[in-house]
Amino acid sequence: MSKLKELEHLLTIGKITRRDFITRVAALGLVAAASPALMSTPAKAAIPKKGGHFIIGTTGGSTTDSMDPATLTSNMNQNLNWQIRNCLVEIDHNFNAIPELAESWGSTPDAKVWTFKLRKGIEFHNGKTMTAEDVIFSINHHLGEKSKSAAKAYLKSIENIKADGKHEVVFELTGGSADFPFILGDYHLTICPAGTEGLEWEKGIGTGGYILESWEPGVRAFSKRNPNYWKEGRAHFDEIETLSITDTNARTNALKTGQINYMDRVELKTVHLMKRMPGVNVTAITGTAHYTIPMRLDKSPYGDNNVRMALKLAVDREGLLKQILRGYGQPGNDHPIAPVNKYHAKGLEQRKYDPDKAKFYMKKAGMLDHTFNLHAADAAFAGAVDAAVLLKEQAKKAGININVVREPDDGYWSNVWMKKEWCMCYWGGRPTEDMMFSVAYSDGAPWNDTLWKNDRFNKLLISARAELDTDKRRKIYRDMQEICRNDSGTVVPMFNQMVEASSNKLAHGPISGHMALDGMRNGERWWFA
Amino acid sequence: MNTVLGLVVKRIGLGILTLMAISIIFFIGVEALPGDLAEEILGQNALPETVAAFRKELKLDLPPHERYVAWLGDLMKGDLGKSLANGRPVVDLVGWRFANTLFLAISAAVIAVPVAILLGIIAALYRNSLFDRAISMATLSAISFPEFFVAYILIALLSVQLIIFPSISNINDQMSFWQKIHAIVLPCLTLTIVVVAHMMRQTRAAIINILARPFIEMARLKGIQRTRVIVMHAFPNALSPVINVIALNLAYLVVGVVIVEVVFVYPGLGQLMVDSVSKRDIPVVQACGLIFASIYIGLNLTADVFSILSNPRLRNPR
Repeated sequence: MSKLKELEHLLTIGKITRRDFITRVAALGLVAAASPALMSTPAKAAIPKKGGHFIIGTTGGSTTDSMDPATLTSNMNQNLNWQIRNCLVEIDHNFNAIPELAESWGSTPDAKVWTFKLRKGIEFHNGKTMTAEDVIFSINHHLGEKSKSAAKAYLKSIENIKADGKHEVVFELTGGSADFPFILGDYHLTICPAGTEGLEWEKGIGTGGYILESWEPGVRAFSKRNPNYWKEGRAHFDEIETLSITDTNARTNALKTGQINYMDRVELKTVHLMKRMPGVNVTAITGTAHYTIPMRLDKSPYGDNNVRMALKLAVDREGLLKQILRGYGQPGNDHPIAPVNKYHAKGLEQRKYDPDKAKFYMKKAGMLDHTFNLHAADAAFAGAVDAAVLLKEQAKKAGININVVREPDDGYWSNVWMKKEWCMCYWGGRPTEDMMFSVAYSDGAPWNDTLWKNDRFNKLLISARAELDTDKRRKIYRDMQEICRNDSGTVVPMFNQMVEASSNKLAHGPISGHMALDGMRNGERWWFA
Repeated sequence: MNTVLGLVVKRIGLGILTLMAISIIFFIGVEALPGDLAEEILGQNALPETVAAFRKELKLDLPPHERYVAWLGDLMKGDLGKSLANGRPVVDLVGWRFANTLFLAISAAVIAVPVAILLGIIAALYRNSLFDRAISMATLSAISFPEFFVAYILIALLSVQLIIFPSISNINDQMSFWQKIHAIVLPCLTLTIVVVAHMMRQTRAAIINILARPFIEMARLKGIQRTRVIVMHAFPNALSPVINVIALNLAYLVVGVVIVEVVFVYPGLGQLMVDSVSKRDIPVVQACGLIFASIYIGLNLTADVFSILSNPRLRNPR
């Protein structure tokens, strides 16, 4: 029996595939004993069937949500966004940039000028044909002085956008960027008809697989299949109802009683019970999302790398993983590049909990009597306060004193993060190494929450960005991960899995770890078997 | 009757002043919270320049008193303004939710008030009997549990185990009246269980208080049956405090049910107010606040009017 438990665990944490699991369980003669939720996999190779009324229960929806692509703040409107709209580029489950509204693209050899060829004859839901004008409008919506867009920070490299005829858009960048197409796959950068403004955003006119029928923020959205959808083999449901269910128990009960077919954010404390529910599949996907504990290097004593090293060594990652994530995650190695990222450095030694070494470094820094204030609120991530308290106990073994300062959830991102010297933080991660490092680790980046400044790292970042040769890039990114691991001001204790549950009547292809809810595209990627 | 009319006019005037004061308190309260809408919406993705652009577009860069006066000016013209977060008119956000809130509150009251009064009368009638103790204990236990606990127990029993009622009550316009009623049975029951105790205890206490009076003794001595003494003689004289407690509980059913709304995913006014406060969406907060305050003021006034009407001495003052 213990062998079976182990296999189930390996499957749920993603170490083995479902197919491996079934084969191995069958080899053990344990099919009857295995959890039906894990065995009852819909045939992945099956041809998708059309039809059905798909109901998603999402977390985080608020009555203040908007469908303006500049401010898509919750799982609910991010998911809805990709039901009804498309980007130029899609990021697939292997973290490749594949064509969406752009049919192809190319760049100059220095990766500074990018030309995107648009698909022809694509119609918006209101019948208007999509052209370069709409694309330029949609990108410019996030730029410029009046922009209130959350995407502004990573579009700064765009110097100029122009149309070349009706079906080509040319982006001129301030510097070479080999990963530029990935940026255009960001969920904010969906294409909307030129001239959309104000309340028109809420109508949700796009080119997507579903047409928005009604939308009440923080409550419910209802969309119907777009009969004109241009994408082959996608958008199979007749209708999708997207519900905001913030309470985890309410989501769980609704799934159990069949009132919804899909839920995000399963409660990890009770996931083992959920797996036993008949008719429910639990999926656990490793993505780029991770927890961080940034220290501000401009504040004493975090400027001293001995202190940073000591604090990094004083964290028992395995312990946190077990206690906070119940095993649904992977230990972090003090850099933000996830195992699923293309250039993740596999050979890099995993940092382990080492109280003696931590004590050694802290002594070297002469800071053994110092009390470190660690600011925490569950707004950072679910369980952040518990994690901080665990960390305090772990560090105590190294003779390091940590004082956990509880902060209010309310206003955490504006008043604590980037303001206090050491705090809990969360990153959804980015599909490419360049985006992740540029946005939060490079010198001068607006969200460089540690104010870390490493000249070699910054130089490597720029050289890797313009480098089109994969092997060279791999090497550079490996070095950067190592520098980050050993010098930066962030503890990256773990990568959390996205644990979600769905009715076993649903079928799907490989699930993406790019974002929650199958890369926020379960509406067009899933179907009723 | 003139006294009643005078009272109503006077109280409505005072009520309007109270509402003004409340709107100022709400405004100051939301202003005093750290951060503003731009920071709350952008969260971790905020840049100084995007926050500034956001503020400028929504005129959040103006001083608070100017914004308040502008809001008040619009209100005088009958315009509640627009949500800062998504530009929707506040009326559209509040209207149907308020109707939903009232629907749930009235449904709960229709069950809770008669049950509470009946139980109260029976408890007074059989004072100190096993029955009296049993209902006291049951209702007091129910009031001692947090609402969400009662809600989860009901869901576990009636939705998950027995599959009679849905576990989420997200009613919408496509549903018929009876479908809606079916959908809200569990939240309605939860609220009933929570509010019955208070009203029932008050009814019982008020009646028992009256029972000590000489005219009750007189009635008894005349040989009138115990039930008749309580229902016809004691209860009408005990109405005044009972009405006040009912009014308080009705107000609670409208303004205090946000937890029940969250657990049952019921689209009411409470969730709107909580979300708007946490995002600092002042026009929406103000609208919700004014509605809630009006409910309190209105119900208190109604309670006083009924107290007067139920009491001959107050009805015909000499």
